[in-house]
Formats: sequence, structure tokens, C-alpha cells
Amino acid sequence: MADKELDWGKRRFLVAATSVAGGIAGAATAVPFVASMLPSERAKAAGAPVEADIGNLAPGEMTRVEWRGKPVWIVRRTKEMLESVVQSDGRVADPKSERKKELTPEYARNEFRSIKPEYLVVVGICSHLGCSPVDKFKAQAEAFEADWKGGFYCPCHGSLFDLAGRVYKNKPAPDNLEVPPYKFLSDSKIVIGEDTKGA
Amino acid sequence: MAVAEKQPVTGAGPFNGVLTWVDQRFPLVSLWRDHLAEYYAPKNFNFWYYFGSLAMLVLVLQIVTGIFLTMHYKPDAAQAFASVEYIMRDVPGGWLIRYMHSTGASAFFIAVYLHMFRGLLYGSYRKPRELIWIFGMVIYLCLMAEAFFGYLLPWGQMSYWGAQVIVNLFDAIPWVGPTLSEWIRGDFVISDATLNRFFSFHVIAIPLLLLGLVAAHIMALHEVGSNNPDGIEIKKVKDARTGHPVDGIPFHPYYTVKDTLGVVVFLIVFCVIMFFMPELGGYFLEYNNFIPADPLKTPPHIAPVWYFTPYYSILRAVTEDFMWVLAAGLIAYLALVILAVRNPVVRVAVAAIGAVLLAGFFAFEPKVWGVVLMGAATLIFFLLPWLDQSPVKSIRYKGPLVKVALALFVIAFLVLGYLGTLSVTEGRTIVAQVCTLIYFAFFLLMPWYTRMDKTRPEPERVTG
Amino acid sequence: MFGRTLAWMLLAAPLAAAASESVKLDRLPADVNPHDRASLQRGAQVYVNYCLGCHSAAYMRYNRLQDLGLTEQQIKDNLIFTGAKVGELMKIAMDPRESREWFGTPPPDLTVIARARSSGDGSGADWLYSYLRGFYRDPSRPTGWNNTVFQNVGMPHALWQLQGEQVLTTEVHLIPRGTKGEVEKREVHKLVLKKPGAMNPAEYDRRVGDLVNFLVYVGEPSRQFRVELGIYVLIFLVVLLVFAYLLKKEFWKDVH
Repeated sequence: MADKELDWGKRRFLVAATSVAGGIAGAATAVPFVASMLPSERAKAAGAPVEADIGNLAPGEMTRVEWRGKPVWIVRRTKEMLESVVQSDGRVADPKSERKKELTPEYARNEFRSIKPEYLVVVGICSHLGCSPVDKFKAQAEAFEADWKGGFYCPCHGSLFDLAGRVYKNKPAPDNLEVPPYKFLSDSKIVIGEDTKGA
Repeated sequence: MAVAEKQPVTGAGPFNGVLTWVDQRFPLVSLWRDHLAEYYAPKNFNFWYYFGSLAMLVLVLQIVTGIFLTMHYKPDAAQAFASVEYIMRDVPGGWLIRYMHSTGASAFFIAVYLHMFRGLLYGSYRKPRELIWIFGMVIYLCLMAEAFFGYLLPWGQMSYWGAQVIVNLFDAIPWVGPTLSEWIRGDFVISDATLNRFFSFHVIAIPLLLLGLVAAHIMALHEVGSNNPDGIEIKKVKDARTGHPVDGIPFHPYYTVKDTLGVVVFLIVFCVIMFFMPELGGYFLEYNNFIPADPLKTPPHIAPVWYFTPYYSILRAVTEDFMWVLAAGLIAYLALVILAVRNPVVRVAVAAIGAVLLAGFFAFEPKVWGVVLMGAATLIFFLLPWLDQSPVKSIRYKGPLVKVALALFVIAFLVLGYLGTLSVTEGRTIVAQVCTLIYFAFFLLMPWYTRMDKTRPEPERVTG
Repeated sequence: MFGRTLAWMLLAAPLAAAASESVKLDRLPADVNPHDRASLQRGAQVYVNYCLGCHSAAYMRYNRLQDLGLTEQQIKDNLIFTGAKVGELMKIAMDPRESREWFGTPPPDLTVIARARSSGDGSGADWLYSYLRGFYRDPSRPTGWNNTVFQNVGMPHALWQLQGEQVLTTEVHLIPRGTKGEVEKREVHKLVLKKPGAMNPAEYDRRVGDLVNFLVYVGEPSRQFRVELGIYVLIFLVVLLVFAYLLKKEFWKDVH
């Protein structure tokens, strides 16, 4: 293998140019493969907004819908329940929902954590390890809390939430219950998964 | 055990340290040298030598696209067809991955057939490369099985009925046939049970086999060194100073660079098909397969995918009348073999085997012999290293007999392939029968015509 | 002599029988343009109004029709008559077991029909275009309809209100053959419009063209993107080819 005058500069350039072009080809080829792992149209359709009919919901009652595989609670709060929210201000860890902004959209960053005070809309998953808390709306003495004002009790590790979904102090759960994007389509219909900003 | 201290890695710039650490624990440098930087390959590789690396590229492509398709495909008779359309529409980029896989399947066979043809042209199967050829033939059989199992997965009409026909062939085996077919299917007809197990074979069992066999194939090649278009052994003439073959060049950088060019040309052809005509007139994606499988309705015209059609033709060519032709051919061949062989014990053995075969020709239905001949047509390739008795390896130095024989074989193979895509008529059957005879004659008469052939002397050095 | 004539007539019969073997298909007119969004939208409208009652397009989502230049709201308002959400698949309520009883065979899903009907005789689009214009009245059939492209089809003429009613006329041509006065009787079938529909033949043909255009699109919604992407990929590969070639040539200067 005789070597004449090797043009090293030309070789280096061509190797570099071909490698760069080849690298671009490789990266471009990777795009559809990586993209294929993103949520498909089927997943997106299954995660689409859900409508909830609240026309028949009596005061003090709760209804449940499923959105993106998660339970979403809608509670029609009575005057007494709203009062107990005000009274619980001192017992809850984050009364103004300031800790994690993303859990409470702007329209819910208010006294009662909702668009209309009468209706509470929260995702029913405890912020500790993901169990679904039990509704305990009656203000009465309970085993987990002598002076219980009403709210939600998580049976897994004992976290407590008030009737605005705010977590009690000194409990395992760190955060308030998440308020999902939602809006009122009419007085009797709520759509979960979409808000006025657009889901 | 005194081991010489390994030299640290140099010439890798900032990676010298890391690579030295690895090399002290793993044969990194020696692998690099033995198989790339100091693997001396003949310098006269031509067009026919691209297809090995291209076949390897397609193998990687099929595995990668297969992995991503498996993320979305459902191997369930009730969901399979829908899941393929789900991939085509709902999965981002899914349509592209699907077309890569379907085009890749056909591209794999094109590359492999051309790769095998190179072997026929230049005698790459001759001593000392018989084992490379054997590994390669096993790879070919695994590839056919892989394609067959994979084709059931979309669960279209062609998928279903193609599988039904081929598995039913096993029925033809005397005594054990029907039970064997049931065992393969896992049911009385092709069903969900069959689909699930074919999925397992296609996705993991055969790919693992293929990877192992390809590794063995390349290791066997590197053990003896590559053949070349002149069919001469480059290791015979070595440079006195370096010890390397004078007609050899290191695989890296010369063939890494040349194969890169081959890859780009291949990708251009591949992408033209994939982006502009993925169905390729119904040959790469068959139209009937866009109809979901219906066990109650057979399509009017079942044909296997194009890469199986030559063998399908041979299967269909074996009719009752043809059995007489085969019998006559067998008798003539027996006579030839007995005359050529001196040993009387062997002569008697050959005659005995011949007699048993002859009895079998008429004891069993032509359908059985169709299956046998179809199988024999693939398996006979294994015998090539021992059938070819020519004093030279490459077609370049062989005479007119061999050239004509090879040309006839290629024509017969292509005609059989084309006929396999068409429905049966009397005229077509006759043509298929003639081509089947040519096909087998190419192999079975090879010991005689390669010896009789007028060869030219091989050169000492490669001619390019 | 009679035997000869009979033989010729018998020859004519299989030629006329439009079985699953070779059928002469009309070509989809060249001016049907897959990029014509208005045409595709009209086709979608015909599909949803006349076909979706029996024929699901169960691999196609309603919201994919945004490809045709429609908004989700437009799709909801004009193309969804069931309570389906816009992200759902275009399924139907008919149970296939019942439809098998009613029609002999369940009406097939049409999502990929334009790909399935391709053959040596023509593209799937050609087949659909010919089929949808090939219905004629046939009292011998349970539905009262037959079809020149698909003999004894179980489907009635869903678009009869638009096309009107055709009948199949048979013209017998007598062609002299041989020297002894034998004649070949050749039967030529023609479709004739007996009762006009809401559209004249030219309008109907155009509307069928729109519907076929839509069905071809539904068969492979990514088709347009595939072709466009392909052009860019090939251009890039040609550039890469130039570099790869020059690189090979440069290194192989060493080899003599």
C-alpha cells in the first residue's frame, strides 16, 4: 500500500462533512421513533375532557366522575359546610394554597378554592402516596380528630382535608388536593379537563 | 501464566485513558485490530460485495423498527388488525415505522438473494469456506421462517390463508402429519393460539437465533479470510516486510468507507420505495391483506409473498403426470451415479435408495412429493461446496458449460418466482415443471459438468 | 351448425359474467384531486349521510378530519349525528351478527377499502368509482338491486336518491362467422338510466368522485405528508451521497 502525497486536509474535511451529514440523518431518523412513544391519539382521546351533570346534586351531596383515570369529586356545599371551611383556616397547613401553585388554578385561589363557592371540584387523590380519601362531611367527634369540622379522611396514613380540600397541619400529606381544570357549561353542567383558558 | 503487559491505547486523543482501562479488562484493541483495522480483505471487491453489509444493516433496521412496533401491536386475533391501523393513524410517526418494517422485509430478501448469488458467482462456498456457507444457509432458512411468522401478525386475509395453506402442508407428512399440524397451530385451524405463538417466534425466538448465526457467520469468515471475484487466495502471496497479503487492504478505513457509500445508495432506493410506493404494486404490501382475516371466506387467489414464490411454484408443479417425469429422471440419475462410482457396496446402496424412492413416488400422493421437492429445493443449496468439482472457484475462469448452467438456473429461478404470483393454468404448470427440472439439474449434474468444463488458469494476483 | 352457434354463445357467457376475475373498470377521473379540500369535505358529508349508517370506518377518528381544513366544532356540528365525542372512532351501532342475518354478510368496515380493492384491473379508487355507479334494478335480488362490478352484491343502492334508477339492458349483436352462414351471438350489457334522481349523471359522477376521493384519503390519512417528507429526505440523501462518494474516492486513491 504505497502512499503518495496524502491530502490530509481533504481527508479530514470529507470525513467531517460525511460524519456531520450522517449524524443529521441519524438524528432525523430517531425523531419518528422517539415521537412514537408520545401519547397516541387514542390516549389523548381517552384523556379528553369529561362532562359532569350536577343538575340533580342535592346540597351536602357528592358525585364522582373519572377524568384521565383519576376520580374527580364534585361536592355541593351547604352554608354550614362553607362556614366550616372558614373555621378551618387555622388548622390547615396551606390556607391560601400558595405552596404549589400548579395544584390550584387562578380561579380557585380564593376562600373556598372553587369558581362558585357552592360547588367544590377536586381530584380525589391524597397528596401523600395516592390513596383515595373517604368523605366524612358530618361535623362530629371522630376517632382521628375529636373536634372534626367535616371534610375528607385518608384511611391509608391518616391525612385529613377540609371541605375545600386543604390538607391539615402535621399530617403525612404535604399538599392540598388538586383542583383540576374545569368550567361551568351551564348551571347544571360542568366540564372537567377544560377551563376558560383552554385545557 | 506470564501474560505480556498490554500496551496502553494511543491515537484516540482524549479517550486514551478510558479505552486503556477498558482494554485491560476486555479485548477491545484486539477485536478492533483483528476485525477492522488489520483485517486484510481483497482489494478487488466489486458491486456484488455490498450485500453482506447491507443485509446486516437491514437486520438492525428490522430489529429497531420491530421493537417500536411491538410497543403498540396487539397479538390477539380480535385486536391485531385494528392495532396495525392504530399504528398507521394514531401513533405519532407510526406509519413511517410500519412502512420501514414492511419495506425492510422485502429489502432483506433482495439483499440476501443477491448476497447468495455472489457466492454462486465466485465460489465463495468452496473450501475452506464451507462452514460460512452452511451458517449462511441456516440464516436463510431462519429468515424465511421469520418472514412467514411475521406475515401472520397483521391478521389480514393473506396472512390468515397463507398461514393456513403452509401449515396444512405438514398434513402431507405420512402418519404424523395431521397431529403435527395441530401441534404447530395449537388449534384445529389457524386461530388466536397460532397468532400468539407466531408472535413469540417472530419477536424473540428467531431474532435471537439470527443474531447468533450472523455472529458465527462473520467469525467463520474472518477465520479464513474473504474470497474475491477472481476466486484466488490472497494469503498465498504476502509482503515480505509486513506479512500482510499484497492484494489485501485493511477493512478499516477502505471498506468501512466503501460500505458507507453502499449504504447511502441503498437508502436512496429504499426511501424512494418507502415514501412513494410502499405497496410496490401489491408485491411489498399485498392488497388482500387490507381485508381482516375471515376464516369463512377464502380469497379467490392466494399467493405467498414474492420472496417465497419460486418455492411455491415448485410445490404446485408436482402433479400426478409429473411424477412419471420425476421417476424417469431419478432412474437416469441413478444410472449416472452408479456408473461414476466404483465401489460395489456404494453402488448397491445407491440402487437400494433409488428403488425405495421410486416406490415412494407412487405410494404417496403427488401432494407429499410437492412438499418434499419444495423442501429439497431450499436444502440442496447446503450441498453446493461438495457438488462443485471445478478446479477453479470464480465464474471468471470457468468455461461455457458452467456459465450456461448458471444462466439457465437464474432464468429458471426468476421464471418460477414470477409464475408463483399467478394462478395455475395448464400452460403455466408445464413451464413450472420444466423450470423445476432445470433448477434441480443445476445442482444434481454439477459434479459432472464442472469436471467436464473447460476452465482457464487462475491468475497469481488479483485482476480487479 | 347449431352446435357451433351454441358453442359460440357459451363462450360469450363467461365473458359477460363479471365474477371476481377480470372486470373492466372505469378509471377515476383525472381531475379528482386528493389535495382538493372542498372535494374531500363533500365526500365526508356523503359518507356520513349515506354510508355510516351501515358501514363503520372504525379505525378513523372524527377529529382527524381536521386534515380536511375543518375545525373540531365544524366536525361536531356537521359530521357527527350520534352522541360520539370528536376524538372517538367512527363506529356504528349495528351488531354484525344481526346485519349478517339481514344482509347475508355484515357490511364491511370501509376504513381501508380503497387499499383493499386494488388489483390488476385497476386501483381501489377505480373499483369504488365503478362500483358506486354500477347499481341497477334487479327484481330477482332480495334488495331489488344488483351491481355490474360486484355480481349479486348484498348491498342496496344507498345513493339511489341521488343517481336515480338504472337498468341493465342487453343488446344481442349478431356477427357473421365462417362461410356457412353461422353467426356469433355476442351479448353486450349496458346500463341505462330509467328514472332520474336528484342529480343529473354528470353531477352524480362528480359527487361519487368526491366520495371516492374521501375514501382514498381515509385509507391512508398520512399519505400526503408521507410524499412531502419523502421529497425532503431524498434531497438530503443525494447530498449525503455526494459526500460519501467523494470520501470513498479520496481514500481509495491509496489502493492500486
